[in-house]
Amino acid sequence: MADILLVLHTGSDGSFSKGALESIATTVDLSSKLGGSFAVGVIGAGAGAAADTIAGCGAEKFYVVEDEAVAAPRYSSDVKAATALIQKAGAQIVLAPGSSRFARCMPGAAYRAGAQIDTHIVALAVEAGVLKAQRWYYRQRILTTLSRAARPWVLLIEGGIQPAWQGAAGVADAESVAVEFTDAELRTTIKGIESPATDAQTIRPDAALLFVAGAGWTKKQADGAYHIRDASNLIQGFLKKAGASLGSSKSLVDLQSDGQETLSFMSHMNQVGQTGTTPRHAKGLSTCCHGEEPHAVGWRFINERRAINMDANCGWAQGKADVVYIANAFEVIAKVNELLG
Amino acid sequence: MCSLALVPADYTQMKINQMENKTMEGLQIVVCGTLVPDPLQTLEPVTTPTGPGLKNETMLPSVLDPWAAHSLYEAANLAKKVPGSKVYLVSLGPKAKLQQLMMTVAQKVPFELVAIDGTAGGFTDAMEVAKTLATAIEAIPGLDKTRLLVFGGCASASRDAGVTMQLIGEQLGITDQFVGVDEISMSDDGSFSVLERIEGGQYLASTCAGAPAVLAWATGSLPEPPNNPQVGMANMRFVMPALQKAQPAAVGVGGINFEKSEVPAQKRATRIVKDVSADVIAAEIVEWIKG
Ligand SMILES: Cc1cc2nc3c(=O)[nH]c(=O)nc-3n(C[C@H](O)[C@H](O)[C@H](O)COP(=O)(O)OP(=O)(O)OC[C@H]3O[C@@H](n4cnc5c(N)ncnc54)[C@H](O)[C@@H]3O)c2cc1C
Repeated sequence: MADILLVLHTGSDGSFSKGALESIATTVDLSSKLGGSFAVGVIGAGAGAAADTIAGCGAEKFYVVEDEAVAAPRYSSDVKAATALIQKAGAQIVLAPGSSRFARCMPGAAYRAGAQIDTHIVALAVEAGVLKAQRWYYRQRILTTLSRAARPWVLLIEGGIQPAWQGAAGVADAESVAVEFTDAELRTTIKGIESPATDAQTIRPDAALLFVAGAGWTKKQADGAYHIRDASNLIQGFLKKAGASLGSSKSLVDLQSDGQETLSFMSHMNQVGQTGTTPRHAKGLSTCCHGEEPHAVGWRFINERRAINMDANCGWAQGKADVVYIANAFEVIAKVNELLG
Repeated sequence: MCSLALVPADYTQMKINQMENKTMEGLQIVVCGTLVPDPLQTLEPVTTPTGPGLKNETMLPSVLDPWAAHSLYEAANLAKKVPGSKVYLVSLGPKAKLQQLMMTVAQKVPFELVAIDGTAGGFTDAMEVAKTLATAIEAIPGLDKTRLLVFGGCASASRDAGVTMQLIGEQLGITDQFVGVDEISMSDDGSFSVLERIEGGQYLASTCAGAPAVLAWATGSLPEPPNNPQVGMANMRFVMPALQKAQPAAVGVGGINFEKSEVPAQKRATRIVKDVSADVIAAEIVEWIKG
């Protein structure tokens, strides 16, 4: 019996996401620190073939659930499949990437397997043989290191904390774990994935740069007028030319729900901060933002940070950004777009 | 009313009536949400005999947990659309602080409060919190699981684990669960469709045959309702008695050993660039982006 079980799921194309490959690297690393072995369980369409693609990762055993019922993410079928894998493998430690699919079903699987669960894990360490996990509380404000004596212990791993595993494919010889799904577990029907039209797609997790727009873009400017159409063109032009992902402050997207004229290509999905996301990108550029949320919380996992603000006293950017440009973002971004060609 | 001799057309009508009756009966929407420190407050961790806590925790101004608040507004909106529906707000928090919070929250939308007196701190174990909330939901008089939708935030602004709603659902035996919900549309037959946030700014679209279900909300699409003193007066008739009969709950850190909790020093040596032309700044930014 392996000491660690890593649970993965395939994507709609039957392959593993970057987050899944990163969690393999985390598992390999932890397994060597604990001096034990690990197994891999895969859920989803084409799970067996996907297991072959990671056959060289060092797992002592592979398990798969590839029933039609788990072809698409659905709580009731995923929770049953994940519980079956945890129980079959009998491991003390269960790792899984913190994807939306596992964030949904793993708490229930932990409950059914009589396990403990912690999520959003950003680091794992072994000290004197004790496994310690790090995670943030109060939305990226307080960093804690914690351990648990009870087992099994399920840990959902954040993306971006390890480089993706790379290694040889082969024959995983995965054991198929039989799971029976009742009609009651299929009351939810998956209709598919809805994505915005390509030119409206502003959230790009793989982009090198996060561009954060604040409410200042929709405020009266020095000439006493609003320039919302200009703002819209400048931001969209920049996103296209720089291939950046778009983040927003809460104030900016709230204007939209309040029915005011604002930037139509943004929604709450773009919001960064305490009640938004904390995306991971190599660089971040905040524009027309004031406040702790976009700068401190929204930027927590951004390495290099710059800001453009007219207000030299914007205290939140200072100490959080590497560079703050005291300038008019309309003028600067227009020029940047010109230079990006 | 249906006739004794059913012809197919009558039968179809009877089925339609039955379905309509189901929704006419209305939904029981139970929203789980409590208080969190106002996000504008500076938080400092301290060690207490029962585990980590926040400095001056009892004095910190609080707000209704933002994602749970969105779910409350969505619940009220849904209840308005499905006649005969009722919204409950189940809150675990220190009684005195819940009372303060209700001064504003109760003015937003109609609901009946179910209060549980205990900590609302983020360092508690989600399993213990979920058990307490599920027990309180089970105890709601007249609870009918065939009409039950359990709402809440997809994560709290305190623990931020995103697991409590699923654990409540498991304890209530509800296996249709949705997380990161931004939209629900009900059909006349009680079935509904849901949009859940997934990676890359996309939505997973599903339909569910009907209640019971758990929906852990992201932001939804409704703005915060303005304060309505009439709604406040109506809610307060239930709020005060609910607070008076709030049962104490011993919720704690469970099996978690907190080894360390800290606010990491993150101060950067910020370079301020001032009185420089937009051309020069733009050139520097482009070089940085490309570099
Ligand atoms: C419960 C709760 C949860 C919250 N969660 C979040 C969250 O998740 N994310 C979030 O972002 N906020 C959140 N907030 C709100 C947060 O506290 C701030 O109010 C908000 O982030 C401020 O948004 P902003 O910076 O876009 O707007 P503002 O504060 O209005 O700042 C606009 C800035 O634009 C600048 N500006 C204007 N014109 C120009 C120009 N031409 N060039 C350059 N600069 C210009 C101004 O100098 C100003 O600094 C939350 C608040 C609460 C109460």
